Amino acid sequence: MGGLQIPMEHVLTLAGLLFSCGLLGLMLRRNIIFMLMSLEVMLNAAALAFVAAGAKWGQADGQIIFLLILSVAAAEVAVGLGLVLQIQRRFKTLDMDQARRLRG
Amino acid sequence: MMETLFYLAAVVALAATGLALTRANAAHALIYLIVSLLAVAVTFFLMGAPFAAALEIVIYAGAIMVLFVFVIMMLNVGEEGITREREWLSGRNWIVPGLLAALLLLELVIALRHAPTTTAGVDVTPKAVGLTLFGPYVLAVEIASMLLLSGLVGAYHLGRRFIVRRERRGGAS
Repeated sequence: MGGLQIPMEHVLTLAGLLFSCGLLGLMLRRNIIFMLMSLEVMLNAAALAFVAAGAKWGQADGQIIFLLILSVAAAEVAVGLGLVLQIQRRFKTLDMDQARRLRG
Repeated sequence: MMETLFYLAAVVALAATGLALTRANAAHALIYLIVSLLAVAVTFFLMGAPFAAALEIVIYAGAIMVLFVFVIMMLNVGEEGITREREWLSGRNWIVPGLLAALLLLELVIALRHAPTTTAGVDVTPKAVGLTLFGPYVLAVEIASMLLLSGLVGAYHLGRRFIVRRERRGGAS
């Protein structure tokens, strides 16, 4: 029986606060690089919740899901940064409000 | 004792994330984001997940953030890029992230000095993670490999046209 000595609620509160930071950043910033960073923060908060749950019951499953989230983040960033380069080339700006039309 | 360290790392993570997402300058934001990821790695370590902490630093703060740095550097090449980078390297901008990172290092040293290094009773060792990963969760490995392959193909497709157009334009002028 492992079990955290920190109350689980506190860890989940931390994860929730980090997630809300990311969500706020995603909604308020219009620069696409900052939007990608906010997505990273949100994925990271979800991973924190998984690892905390794994540590709570002393099982390795939480870290397995952390690995899965890590590969999701890596793939997402690779494609997202490719998109950043395309948008910069096509619109000469990183402002997402300039690139809201689907066919431009 | 370990609980105090955990809450300190949590405060550092929240502060660094908040600072990162409110910067105007993308390079400064990246530094704060790296500090935030390091703080989350310290909380992983304190929760008894050393393998996850190592992966967080190596892959998140290492590989993924380096991708961001590459793209930011690619986006402003040329004369104005050089002057802007000179501004970035001025001393003041490094003080706060440096202090936060030093605080995290201090926490890690204190945690390693103590006999039970975690707030959990037991660590989930890398061996247990590996056995579970390639035992019941082997399908997750397959899914991750397919996902990474599709990410690779997508990034190659999006990035290749960028490189080809640039070369053609360079040849014409």
